[in-house]
Amino acid sequence: MTEAVLSETDIPAARFAVSLRGVTKTYDNGVMALGPVDLSVRRGEFVSLLGPSGCGKSTALRIIAGLAAPTTGNVEVAHQKESTLPGQGVGFVFQEPTLMPWTSVRENVRLPLKLARVPASQSDSRVLEALGRVGLAEFAESYPRELSGGMKMRVSLARALVTDPDILLMDEPFAALDEITRFRLNNDLLALWRNLNKTVIFVTHSVFESVYLSQRVIVMTQRPGRIGAEIRIDTPEPRSEDFRTSAAYGEYCRKVSAALAPSYEGRTTL
Amino acid sequence: MSTKENGRAPTNTAPVERRAFGVWRILLPILVAAAGTAAWELVVRTYDIPPYVLPSPSAVFATLYGDWGVLWQSLLTTLLTTLEGFIAAAIGGIALALIFNLSKLVEYSLFPYAVILQVTPVIAIAPLLLIYLPQQTAVVVCAWIVAFFPVLSNTTLGLNSVDRNLAGLFRLYHASRWQTLCYLKLPTALPYILAGLRIAGGLSLIGAVVAEIAAGTAGAGSGLAYRIAESGYRLNIPRMFAALLLLSFAGIVIYALLALISHLLLRRWHESALGKEN
Repeated sequence: MTEAVLSETDIPAARFAVSLRGVTKTYDNGVMALGPVDLSVRRGEFVSLLGPSGCGKSTALRIIAGLAAPTTGNVEVAHQKESTLPGQGVGFVFQEPTLMPWTSVRENVRLPLKLARVPASQSDSRVLEALGRVGLAEFAESYPRELSGGMKMRVSLARALVTDPDILLMDEPFAALDEITRFRLNNDLLALWRNLNKTVIFVTHSVFESVYLSQRVIVMTQRPGRIGAEIRIDTPEPRSEDFRTSAAYGEYCRKVSAALAPSYEGRTTL
Repeated sequence: MSTKENGRAPTNTAPVERRAFGVWRILLPILVAAAGTAAWELVVRTYDIPPYVLPSPSAVFATLYGDWGVLWQSLLTTLLTTLEGFIAAAIGGIALALIFNLSKLVEYSLFPYAVILQVTPVIAIAPLLLIYLPQQTAVVVCAWIVAFFPVLSNTTLGLNSVDRNLAGLFRLYHASRWQTLCYLKLPTALPYILAGLRIAGGLSLIGAVVAEIAAGTAGAGSGLAYRIAESGYRLNIPRMFAALLLLSFAGIVIYALLALISHLLLRRWHESALGKEN
């Protein structure tokens, strides 16, 4: 699933981190959740998948991660580094922090390395580095229950970063947080993305978040989820809080909202 | 964390109330025991009831003291049986649950029999076991039959309570079956297993006692339950009460020990072991 399978199409596949072609997902009960979807994500790109609840955006992410199999279609995930260990090329951040409550922050972040049988002597420094990146180095010995919601999410992010993956998949990671915490984590995520040169695919149902974070917003339609619109956010990098209050930001939000409208207008049920 | 936004009066006075409540929780049961014992003593003395009908508490304690040598030996025998049954139930219950978790085929084949063993009254099985097995083995088997089911069902429940997303994470990182078991399933199941063991502790004592009583009528025995049966035939009622007292005490100690172990293992992370103020 995570092996690089170069296709014979005319797209220079090596430039893409992820590409989906004609991907559909039909559940066992016959409900078609997704597709067909064609999507290519460039290396180092920050892409948001935006859409109403149940539009299959999380399903798409799980398919890219290899956590779910597509019913039809082709998924390619390419890794830059030859040395990538199995399962180490993709980092996944869930909507919930999804931490193991029975062990410390340090051991939670170490988990991906431990599963790859990296000896503790080698993983120690990488765990501390990942915790340092999310600003939690001094909380290594804490237990998840001792942390706030935002801090737990940071631990989850550190765990996804610890394998140094090329691709970071994030499934509504900040949806359960308060807005102020979310703004801070947005900025921190942008800084990480700039510094670490990762490809990020970010699922969200917040118009504002998707515009603030991404280079490209993919608006998805109601079930079965298809790509309804694609909006490029062209704004000078690096972005900062100034962007959040700028007229350009407002204009992009208006555009994205307008593209999203068909998926909820005229629907009386959620 | 939960109290950070409201530091109002109720949260400030609560600890004081709780401490006072804690004192009453210890004091009240002791008062009830004292009042009950006093009333019992009074009734026996006032109506001059002979000890073979109803011994007074003082007579019971005198017997406990006087027959301590015999009773102590019997207590040790019963406790040893209980411990053997408990260990067998713990190992058997957890191992069986693990096998069931790994193979649906085995689970479907064997689970009904686990239920049958559980619902058949052990007092009815004990005489049969005593015919086919050496007495000591039969007694341990009885304790095992009664005690293993809560361990089995709780462990099964625990192994099936794994967080879906965490399981997904383990798949994402290509965790082996063994790694998933050791790092995910067993830690998730630990609180459930400990709850099962707490029930099993008391039940293995019951199983041991039931088997000893069944054996007592068939042959030689030396456990506390045998002492109760034997004292009954001899109309030595005070000793029956003394042995009963020791049995209850043993049960309380077993429960308290297992609860303590459970608390020590879970105190850092599990809701059940955290204080109310957290």
